[in-house]
Amino acid sequence: MCLKQAIDVTQLKVDPATRQLITASAPRKISDFDKNALEEAIRIKEKVSGVEIFTVTVTSEDAKTVLREALAMGADKGYVIQDANFQNIDTSGTASVLAQAIRKIGEFDLIICGETSLDSFSGLVSAKLAELLSLPQITSVRQLSVEDDIVTAERALEDAYETVRAKTPALASVTREINQPRIPSLMMIMKASKKEIVAWTAADLNIPKDKLDSKIEIIEVLAPKMERKKIMITGENVQEIADKLAKALIQEGIVGR
Amino acid sequence: MGEYKGVWVFSENYDLILEMLSKGRELADKLQVELAAVLIGNNVQEKANDLIKYGADKVYSVDNPVLSHFLVEPYLSVLHNLVVNYKPEILLIGSTRNGKPLAARLSLRLETGCVPDCAKLSIDERGRLVGERITYGGNALAKVAFNGKPQIATAPPRTFEKLEPKDRNGQVIKLDIKPETPRTEVVETKPLEKSSVKIEEADIIVTCGRGLEKKEDKTLLDNLAKLLGGQVGNTRPLAEDRKWFTEWVGLSGHKVRPKLYIACGLSGVIQHVAGIRDSKVIVAINKNPEAPIFEVADYGVVGDLYQILPALTDALKKNLQ
Repeated sequence: MCLKQAIDVTQLKVDPATRQLITASAPRKISDFDKNALEEAIRIKEKVSGVEIFTVTVTSEDAKTVLREALAMGADKGYVIQDANFQNIDTSGTASVLAQAIRKIGEFDLIICGETSLDSFSGLVSAKLAELLSLPQITSVRQLSVEDDIVTAERALEDAYETVRAKTPALASVTREINQPRIPSLMMIMKASKKEIVAWTAADLNIPKDKLDSKIEIIEVLAPKMERKKIMITGENVQEIADKLAKALIQEGIVGR
Repeated sequence: MGEYKGVWVFSENYDLILEMLSKGRELADKLQVELAAVLIGNNVQEKANDLIKYGADKVYSVDNPVLSHFLVEPYLSVLHNLVVNYKPEILLIGSTRNGKPLAARLSLRLETGCVPDCAKLSIDERGRLVGERITYGGNALAKVAFNGKPQIATAPPRTFEKLEPKDRNGQVIKLDIKPETPRTEVVETKPLEKSSVKIEEADIIVTCGRGLEKKEDKTLLDNLAKLLGGQVGNTRPLAEDRKWFTEWVGLSGHKVRPKLYIACGLSGVIQHVAGIRDSKVIVAINKNPEAPIFEVADYGVVGDLYQILPALTDALKKNLQ
């Protein structure tokens, strides 16, 4: 399963003068959606004998601390492909590195990804990975089961739930509603420290440099300006406040006719 | 190899094609190029002429029983074939649960960029497409351009408003393209029961957050919404933690842009605010004067929603007579 180390967006701070995000000091964690993906992999392992779970992470910075949590939850082995050159790769670059790493790891039955990531929220990588590895792709999965070489999944579409089937090897990307990820016990955390984390770089995977060139150019990332009137309505009593607010809304021309 | 030229619009959702045609028209006029819509499905040709009324100069229509419902590989192969042959410089794809992965794979197959879920689209001074999207959980807006062509951007439903249909000249090009074999099989489709009116379409929305003490107290909001011809929404904690509702307003739920948004008893976390950002007027009612929602509101009232809402409903009744 693919696992992203994401910026914890609930703890992001903004420089009020420049509206720039202060990402360097913000804490990192496993992207929420990927935790659901890992939980689903563990549940499959609990039902089907002989299953092993490998996590694959592509990152430009150290991710081992975050990965330990995945191993404590129940992953068997972690692969980290870390390279400073990954700092500006786009989703195609990430998918290329993941695909190359997965090919090197060897055979698999199912790849599970989170539908999107907590921080960049693009939601493109899993489909691109399916394309690169020529796999049947099942996105927006809210229920998943595997029997022999058949994957059955219920997808959450805008206006329907759609049940689809595909032959393994296949790729599924899951929504947050699929499960509630477990919190590892102390025992599991202790056991995880003995599990193996394999570290590779881009060079170990023989990835041609042009595969990492970004196809998009980020012009700016700024905290949004909210230009609001911020008028506080006060009064002697509730009726007076309500009356003032009602008149203001009518004045705006948005209620009544 | 010819140059990439023209603006295209595609979605497997017909309504979304109509919405994106209005933005496509604006971009095509700015670049002084043609606007085309791509229509893929089974027996879709009768709809092709309507797309011209909604702004398209050309419609590429591919009809095949295999395409009667969406499956990624057949749709992807048809769209890829069209793009390779006709070379549009911009391709807008509807950001639905099916459309976004399609756009992702298409951009990879074409070795080009894809900017998903754009809230705004424009052309820069170099003639490049620039997309604006919410990122970092609502903490930031990113402006993104492309380093090559075609430029693929996706836009969610209701980002753009349809043009008024009018009689225009245009050309329908019917094509026979053999789709790739699907790799997944649809076993069952269960339509979702949804409220008949979509909250995204409401002009006025009254939303409650954790300040609502009991589910039944929602009637306070219902009364106000009914008076104003609006709808009632709620925040994610009321849905996910308290399980009172199944849907919510916010970045991860329904993104709304009503004329009036009344936020009652909700603090205004960034993910919620990101989903209401484009509302015309925002009113905040909260007991806590420090609540961040006041920072993004046009009108703020520090007070208890249980007192303010009934009083506001009465005051509006009186003043609207």
